[in-house]
Amino acid sequence: MANGHPSFLALLFPPPALGSYRTLKMESDEPDGHSLSRRVEWCDVTPLPQDDGPNPVVPIAYKEEFRETMDYFRAIYQADERSPRAFRLTRQAIVANPGNYTVWHFRRLLLQTLNVDLYEELDFLQQIANSNSKNYQLWHHRRWVVERLGIDARAKELQLTKKILSLDAKNYHAWSHRQWVLQALGGWEDELDYCQQLLEEDIFNNSAWNQRYFVITRSPFLGGLKAMRESEVRYTVEAILAKPENESPWRYLRGLYKDNIEVWVNDPQISLVCLKVMNAKSNYVFALSMLLDLLCHGFQPSEEFRDAVDALWTSDNHPLDSDLAKAVCCILEHVDSLRASYWRWRKSKLPLAA
Amino acid sequence: MESFPSLTVTQRDQILVEQQVFNIYKAFYDMPPSSQSLMLELQRENHVEYLTNGLKHLGPSFCVLDANRPWLCYWIIHSIALMDEFLDPELEDNTIDFLSRCQDPNGGYGGGPGQMPHVATTYAAVNSLVTLGGDKALCSINREKLYTFLRRMKDPNGAFRMHDDGEIDVRACYTAISVASLLNILDDDLVQDVGNYILSCQTYEGGIAGEPGSEAHGGICQFVACGIASIQYEKASTSSDNLFIRYTFCGLATMILINEVDRLDLSSLIDWVVFRQGVEAGFQGRTNKLVDGCYSFWQGGVFALLKRLQSTKGEQSVPMGDGEDSGAGSPQTTASSDATGAEGLNEDSSQAGSHFEQGEPHDASCPVVVENIDHNSSKRRAKVEPLFNCLALQQYILLCAQEPGGGLRDKPGKSRDHYHTCYCLSGLSVCQHSWSEDEDSPPLPSAILGSYSNLLEPIHPLYNVVLDRYQEAHEFFSRS
Repeated sequence: MANGHPSFLALLFPPPALGSYRTLKMESDEPDGHSLSRRVEWCDVTPLPQDDGPNPVVPIAYKEEFRETMDYFRAIYQADERSPRAFRLTRQAIVANPGNYTVWHFRRLLLQTLNVDLYEELDFLQQIANSNSKNYQLWHHRRWVVERLGIDARAKELQLTKKILSLDAKNYHAWSHRQWVLQALGGWEDELDYCQQLLEEDIFNNSAWNQRYFVITRSPFLGGLKAMRESEVRYTVEAILAKPENESPWRYLRGLYKDNIEVWVNDPQISLVCLKVMNAKSNYVFALSMLLDLLCHGFQPSEEFRDAVDALWTSDNHPLDSDLAKAVCCILEHVDSLRASYWRWRKSKLPLAA
Repeated sequence: MESFPSLTVTQRDQILVEQQVFNIYKAFYDMPPSSQSLMLELQRENHVEYLTNGLKHLGPSFCVLDANRPWLCYWIIHSIALMDEFLDPELEDNTIDFLSRCQDPNGGYGGGPGQMPHVATTYAAVNSLVTLGGDKALCSINREKLYTFLRRMKDPNGAFRMHDDGEIDVRACYTAISVASLLNILDDDLVQDVGNYILSCQTYEGGIAGEPGSEAHGGICQFVACGIASIQYEKASTSSDNLFIRYTFCGLATMILINEVDRLDLSSLIDWVVFRQGVEAGFQGRTNKLVDGCYSFWQGGVFALLKRLQSTKGEQSVPMGDGEDSGAGSPQTTASSDATGAEGLNEDSSQAGSHFEQGEPHDASCPVVVENIDHNSSKRRAKVEPLFNCLALQQYILLCAQEPGGGLRDKPGKSRDHYHTCYCLSGLSVCQHSWSEDEDSPPLPSAILGSYSNLLEPIHPLYNVVLDRYQEAHEFFSRS
């Protein structure tokens, strides 16, 4: 009888007054002693089986409890029943499969209709996140809730993402959410320190580098890329010299000049870090790669660079190309042989030597 | 942590994976040639059996994928098609019937019968039906309604939502544009401003993020690994999701489909993706993250897109090695055209991408002697040299990602699943065909690691459907 008779249902089961919602919510937290079909509360609803057809492909051997939950959900969803028991049912369905976006969507409709305490909703979401924090629906839903709570939710959100990132510092969803919170609600003040802290723990954490870039380019308090460049270059160069095999700071360093390539080419700090790493003669692939980019953009190398590159060429078979960019490509082709074809291609695309 | 006190989490995780992978390569080296050939063999029959079984039955732990059933169809059907096998007609009919039940009366496909239409499951359903081919499958798609659905999912900022009130990101843009293009319903209204959105997602690293500001990414894979690993053990798992799509690939493919690819910073994108191939020979999804077999397609496919771009546009800006062009006066190019990967990898490959100082087990990291390659070929040299190391990648797929009993996986120690089977095989196809001059010429034996019988069907990289199935669909939808 639930099928397609929302008005009838609404008459029989009007949404309870706001005050009673909490009681209903508490009830739902009690362990489910028996199945929905044996509960008085659901006796008026006819479960709606999935329309899988006679010979479905990819058929899932649902557990009985899962099937029943979804049969009742389908009935309620089709009837568009916006009731507290429907709300409780969505919880059960989400716990059974947090990937079911239809259930999440319906739950948002219910949240709007029933005027549920949204902080309780955040608690529920946290419970789901505890068992699976890599789920688009969960985070999309959370964003929706926080949007409605506004700035009051800010501290909680920053705290939550921090907690999740302390367990997995590269959780993409958590980072996206955190960025959204910062942009929508603010809280930038401590973010650079936070990045700093994560990088101290793990300088190879590219997500923390990315967040750092996000902060220095977007924080309203830091004045943007240009204002931050000098101090950031200093920090990044230090990170590179400590671990020249770490790709993250190399890409970050390049990113610091995204707005102005000319400044990048002519900043002696950039060529100098390449030179230092080359002269140390180990883990110099990224240094050569950056030198190549510099040369392609018109960098005028001094003798020192030629000498440093020559010193990396160990083959006696043939001399190194007299054109420095070509020489760099040859060395890269040799030492970074996994990418040999890339370096050959780069060599073929070099601007003609002057 | 205790055994590597001075290492960071990233380094420790990386070292553990490298050890596992290198042990496999080392064991491979120590084998007699006959066993090596066996190891490199694509276990077609077992893969087909594993896949077909999944189409017919899935255990209770698949409840967490209950909102992704068109995806399961696509992963399975596309994988089978890559191996040039066909479903029996009854199973094919059942698939068409089932997907029709997922089709919403107002257009688009949901994750199962009665679920809301969703752009990503629409992509999976359409790709499945195109792969099945034939009038019945293709006619079952309600294109007019699907167009209405896509228009409804279009946000004023140009990007797409996944579903009514759903999230906006690069995956939604790609799946929407891909479906519209494949069905010949792509128009200016759908294209409007989507390029601006994609462009805003290219990061300082060169790759493309899911949303503006986020990290450059091949995508999000971990949950699939966790989720499906728990499926294997029949644990109650709450890991689930409905997106199995990678951002950089999606962003680039979208820009090509809407003809705005020149707006991207392609040289930094290429540089980023080239560096995602690591010492394990497979690809990682993000800088300083772990290798995963599914990126064989999501990153490897980027090179297939670029190659395609070259053949259609023939522009200098398009970044592919061209043997004739660059090879003149370049002995390195010509000398290595047969065995780039195998030869090159015997050299010190620990310099780049590795987090180590000296002293790594180079021997073990040196991949494979490609003993089956026909070196004395009288055939003409392949003209197009791929920018990534496609022999090394084949080695990772066959030795590290393949389960001999059927199915493919993320990495050694993980369990097989349909998602990884699909994208490892798609990546394998990309590798095998990446030397080919054009779509019609079969690859040289030197492009195939292992026996030539490993050869898979070529794909259309923009949609990731088998090429001849694409052509049939293209013709079909051009007519109507």
